[in-house]
Order: sequence, then C-alpha cells, then structure tokens
Amino acid sequence: MTKNKIIESVIHGVFLILGLVTVGCVFLITIYLVISGIPAIKEIGLIDFIFGTEWASTAAEPRYGILPFILTSIYGTAGAIVIGVPIGFFTAVYLSKIAKPKIKSFMESAVSLLAGIPSVVYGLVGMLVLVPGIRKLFNIPDGASLFAAIIVLAIMILPSIIKVSMTALEAVPKEYEDASLALGATPVETYFRVSVPAAKSGIAAAVVLGVGRAIGEAMAVMMVSGNVPNMPSLFQSVRFLTTAVASEMSYSSGLQQQALFSIALVLFLFIMLINATLNFFLKKERD
Amino acid sequence: MGDILTAKNLNLWYDKTKALKDININIPENSITAFIGPSGCGKSTFLKTLNRMNDLIPNVKITGEVCYKGQDIYGNSVDVNELRRNIGMVFQKPNPFPMSIYDNIAYGPRTHGIKSKVKLDEIVEQSLRNAAIWDEVKDRLKKNALGMSGGQQQRLCIARALAVKPDILLMDEPTSALDPISTLRIEELAIELKKSYTIVIVTHNMQQAVRISDYTAFFLLGELVEFGKTDQLFSQPVDKRTEDYITGRFG
Amino acid sequence: MLSKKRKAYILAMKSIMLISTALTAALVVFLVAFVFIKGIPHISWELLSTKPSYIDGKIGILPDILSTVYIVIATLLFVLPLGVGAAIYLTEYAKNKKIVGIIEYAAETLSGIPSIIYGLVGMLFFCQFLGFKTSLLAGALTLVIMNLPTIMRTTQESLKTVPQSYRDGAFGLGAGKWRVIRTVVLPGCVDGVITGCILSVGRILGESAALFFTAGFAHSLYGILSGLVNPGATLTVALYVYAKENGEFEVAFAIAAILMALTLLINLSATLVGKYFAKKREL
Repeated sequence: MTKNKIIESVIHGVFLILGLVTVGCVFLITIYLVISGIPAIKEIGLIDFIFGTEWASTAAEPRYGILPFILTSIYGTAGAIVIGVPIGFFTAVYLSKIAKPKIKSFMESAVSLLAGIPSVVYGLVGMLVLVPGIRKLFNIPDGASLFAAIIVLAIMILPSIIKVSMTALEAVPKEYEDASLALGATPVETYFRVSVPAAKSGIAAAVVLGVGRAIGEAMAVMMVSGNVPNMPSLFQSVRFLTTAVASEMSYSSGLQQQALFSIALVLFLFIMLINATLNFFLKKERD
Repeated sequence: MGDILTAKNLNLWYDKTKALKDININIPENSITAFIGPSGCGKSTFLKTLNRMNDLIPNVKITGEVCYKGQDIYGNSVDVNELRRNIGMVFQKPNPFPMSIYDNIAYGPRTHGIKSKVKLDEIVEQSLRNAAIWDEVKDRLKKNALGMSGGQQQRLCIARALAVKPDILLMDEPTSALDPISTLRIEELAIELKKSYTIVIVTHNMQQAVRISDYTAFFLLGELVEFGKTDQLFSQPVDKRTEDYITGRFG
Repeated sequence: MLSKKRKAYILAMKSIMLISTALTAALVVFLVAFVFIKGIPHISWELLSTKPSYIDGKIGILPDILSTVYIVIATLLFVLPLGVGAAIYLTEYAKNKKIVGIIEYAAETLSGIPSIIYGLVGMLFFCQFLGFKTSLLAGALTLVIMNLPTIMRTTQESLKTVPQSYRDGAFGLGAGKWRVIRTVVLPGCVDGVITGCILSVGRILGESAALFFTAGFAHSLYGILSGLVNPGATLTVALYVYAKENGEFEVAFAIAAILMALTLLINLSATLVGKYFAKKREL
C-alpha cells in the first residue's frame, strides 16, 4: 500500500467510527437501563412491581407497585390523542388542501412555534391558567389533575400531528384527486374520501409520533398533574411514569432509586414499542 | 345524429399566455372524435375545458362557450359536479385509487348517494363488464387495485368512469403509458363503447386515430386547424398544415 | 344539484376544519400573548445582570443566562464533528446497505427517546461512571447524544443536494476521496450544518428533563471553564425551579417571555436561512 492509500483508509476508519457513534449511544442507553433496571424488579418481583397498585417508596414498609403510573401514562396519552388528533388532523387537511398560501404559511410558522415552545412554558401557563380554571369549572379542591395533564399534552402533540399529517397529505398524487373530481365528487368529498385514505399510513405515523411525544413528556405534566401516586381518575392528582422518575430521583437512594430505574426501563420498553410501530407506518408510507 | 358537445369562440389563457384560440367545434353523439396534433398544441387543454377540469388550475381564464346538450357549461347555474358526472374522464396515466377494485368502481356511485349493497354490486359488475375486464377481476374484487397491470388499471379506470353513467367519455391519451397489446384492448373497448357513449380521445398516435375514430380534429399552436370525418381528413386534408403533419413533415 | 345530504356533509366537514384551524391559531396567539403580557413587565436590567442573593432577597438570572450560553457552546462543539462525520460516512463512504440501515435506525431510535431517559442515563454514565459529577459538562454531553440525530439528518439532507457530477469531476482530476470530501462535499453541506445548529439550539434552550439530574439547578456565577465543571441551571431549568419549587411566578414568567422571544427568533432564523440557501441553490 502506498502512503496515500493508508491515509485514505485511516480516514475511512475515522468516519466509520463517527457513523457508529449513534449505534453505540443506543446500546449504551439500552444496556444502562437494563442493568440498572433489573435489580429492583428482581427484588420486588415482576408481578408485584408491574401490577402493584400502591406506591409508597418512603413509607416504613415501602411498597413499589407502579400500576398507577402505567395506567396514568396510558390514560393520559389516550386522552391527549382523543383531543389532539381530531383537531390536528382537520387542521392538517385544511392547511394542506384548502387554505390560501398566506394563511397556510402563517399557520405553518405558528405550528413550528408551538413545537418550539419549551415544555416548562406549557407547564407554567398550565399551572396558572388551566389548573385554577379546572378547579373553578368543575368545583374540585385541586385543579392539578389528570385532566389538566391531558389538555397540556393534547396541545403539545398538536404540532407533530399537524406537520406529519400535512406531509403525508401533500404527498398524495394529484392524479387521485383529479380522478375523483372527474367523477363528480366535490373537492371536500375528494379530500376526505380519496386523499385521506391515500395518506392513511402517514397519518397513522403522525398519531404514533404523538403517542410517543405524550408518553415521554415529563416536566409539563409534572407541573399540572399534582404528582400524587393515585390510581388514575380524571379529576384527581396523578403521577405518570415520567414524573415518577423525575420527582424522586434527586433525593432517592438504595432500593427506592433502583425502583426508579426500573420505572425508566418500563417507559423505555413502551417507547421502543412505539418506535417500532412508527417505523412500520413510515415504511408503509414510503412504499 | 345530433351534436352533443359544441364549442363556440372558445379562448383560454394561462396567466397571460393564450393557450386556445377561438375554437369552434361540434362533436356528434355516439361517435369517437380524436384530437391530434403535436405536443403543446392545446388538444389536452381543450379536452379538459369540456368537463371543466381546468377550473382546478389557478389563473386560468376562459371566454366563449361550451355547450353540452345545448346548455353552456360555463353558465352560472351549472353544477360542476353534475356536469363531470355526465362527462366522465379517463387520464393519461392510469390512476386507480389506492383501494380495492370494488371500492374504486363503487366510489362514484357512492359519492352520488347510492348506498344499497345490492345496487352497488350490480353497478360494479355491469361497469366492469362494459369495460371488458370483469372476467379478469371477478375473483379478486376485494384486492388492491394497484396490484393490477397497467393495462388492467386503465380499463378499471374506464369502468370507474362508466359507473356513474355518463353520456360522454373524455380520454386523455389513455394508451400512451401502455404496451401494444393493452393498447389494442383499450381501442377495441372504445369502439364497443361508442354504441352507448360519445367518446372524445386525445392521442399522439395518428394510427390510433385512423383505427378507431369517426371524426378527427387537428390542433396546432392552440388553434383548431381542421375538423372532419377521419377518413377524409387523413386522405384529403384541406389545410396545408394538416397535410404536413399527417405526412410526418413535422411534429 | 347536490343532494341535501351531500351539501350537509360538505358544510359539516368545512366547519370542522375551520374550527380546528381557528382553534390552533387562537391557541398560539393566546400562548404568545399571555406569556409576553405576564412576563415582559418583570424583565429588568437588574434581573438580567445579577445573581440571586438570599441576603437581599433578590433574584437575578445572569448565572442562568451564562449557563445556557455555556451549555449551548459546549454541546455544539461536541455534536458538530460527530453529527457531520456520521452524515459524511453515511452519504460518502458507506456501501453496505445493512450498516446504513442500522445507523439510520439507531438515529431514529435516539430521536424517539424521551428526555427524562436521557437525563437518567446521562446521570449514570457521565456524572457517576465517568466521574463528571453534576456539572454543565455532563449536561452538555447528554445533550450531545440527544441532538446527534438532528445534526446528522440536516447534514445528510444537504449532502444529498450536492450534485454527483461535482464529486465525479473532482475524482476525475485524480483527487483522493478525502480531498474530494474536504474541497467539494464539505462546502456543500454548510446549509445543513447551519440549519442543524439552529434546530439544536432551539432544542437545548427548551430542554429541562435531561438537564435536571445531569447539570443540576445551581445559580452560581462562573466563567466558561469553571462553569462547565460546576452545576448550573439553564434558563429553562431555572424557570421550572422558580415556578414549581419556589413559587416565584414573576421571575418564572420573565424567563418564559425570554424563552418565547428566543423561540420566535430561532424559528424566524431557521426560515430565513432555509430561504437564503434555497435561493442560493437556484442560482
């Protein structure tokens, strides 16, 4: 080998390593979560941990059941989807198919802004507007509740839903729409009966992405959900998987801390499942 | 035989470019009329004015009139959707919806309010039979239409257009994306269909025009140069430009 | 004419779409207006230029501003070579489709992981295992992993727009691969790198959960080097602490207004940069 060739292959090697950094990071995260998450599950017992309905980590006889967190995360995410998806979906159809260019570009910037606002700002506004509002409206002692968290999450997933749905709707071949119009369907009928079905994988991907965002959000829900480990109920204070980790991490130790790592592992498994679903839909959309 | 479609002094602009210049034509019922001419001559644009598909393009301006059964289709009281139902269209590239074969055909009737399963089944079968594709697809009506061959897709699109029971079928170079055998089948189909429908077909293939059409219109640079019976136009063209074109001197 | 049923359907759909869009728009307008109205009156020079003092009972956010700046600089410093290098590997070197697939899948996975998990692993790995303790550096390194996919993706996208003929031309002149990359490919991805940086800065500014356990929430005043090895709260973390732990809503809203203005600025510059490079490419 000449000197040049050696240099070239060294550089090739360096770039290969840089390329593999991401893979290494994924491994690092997975391994750390598994290694630090397993011990507590072993000690508490998988069934008691996952299906235990009581979390009392600082009690004299501590209990480590995370079913309330799992259910809260699932209900909270489902609620956010139920509210956020229809609004986002119909906005996306309007913007991608009907809106005048000026309105469209204004709304696109507005949606990007919504995506860029830090989650603590959502939490702050939620704390001062939503929480007292819910307290007065429903006449309950504390407005910090699952309901407040659902509203905040629904707003926070809107940008993903709108953007990804719009991309999918805009990629629908014009030929489909032309064919429908030529059969005497009106534009609105065409959008909902041809364009939307044609973009369904992309819209499904948008929903799954929203699920991922909602289930992973920590700080904003921490600020509006009251953070009490109750079994979920719409107008009670609740704790999510994410906020369970965040709220006790700074002062925990021993089994309590290990149990928090186990919660993170459970959350991670949820996310991996969601990512796999997302990839499935994105691949389908591409084909 | 009466004239089902007539255009009078029709002009069309894209922004400031004039794409159609003072077109006058009478298209007879139950016949095949072919539009020929070099690319960019306006034949497809004109075809699309006949069922107002040009409405969808921004900055298009149209003057003059197009009459369908004596009524100006650009008049104020015209319902565009009803018009397009009566004047169906088949596009250059086969464009079945990404749905099942059945749903493709049923799309039009459903849009126009037919809900009954029995009736839809009947329409689907009849349309597919009329488009001479029933035997090929009857066992896989629930399969996605995108799994069919290009030729089958185009016949499916014809069946889909027939399902809303139009009077006129506009075909915009329907065979340009197909192989010779599929092309032949579409041509046979067109001849069969003219018994019950009026067909207007844009083609870049002069042999095709000779093979299937009764009347031919030759377009050049946005003008209708010559219109007449197909055999006459091809054997004794009146205009020098027509002669140059059909003898292959340009285009 | 359209049947009554069809007319009703169209009207219903149109109304739902309009209401949804109006709701989204109203939400954005409300959020921006509310935060500015509540926050701007409490922004003062004193707030921006001092550190909190328990003795005087005063709050200043200068340490938080500096921590934010330090962490942004440190993160970009590390993430840029990593992300750009990975993108170059993917578009210029990798021939094996499997490796490309694995790397891209890894990047997608990274962008889907919630920040609280980054915070946790960052704490275990950088703070404890590597011994960085709770420090801005540990926070920055955690953010490097989070922002890696962003930089990779934007760089990759801009590399794809570098015409193959440029590369062929350079190779045709007998240039080696590394030389081609330095002279032809790298200059072509400047726009992607800049876009990636803007997006990353936005993400770093907004991040809180990942920084909580890695960078901490101290409000001490340091220079950049000593700042990096000590704990510190970024503006976003400070907002959380002031609002949730201390009940200092005036300061929290002042910070929220600053963050909102920065978010607007970042979105605006991302749009402008995008337009600028799109125009440049057309020429």
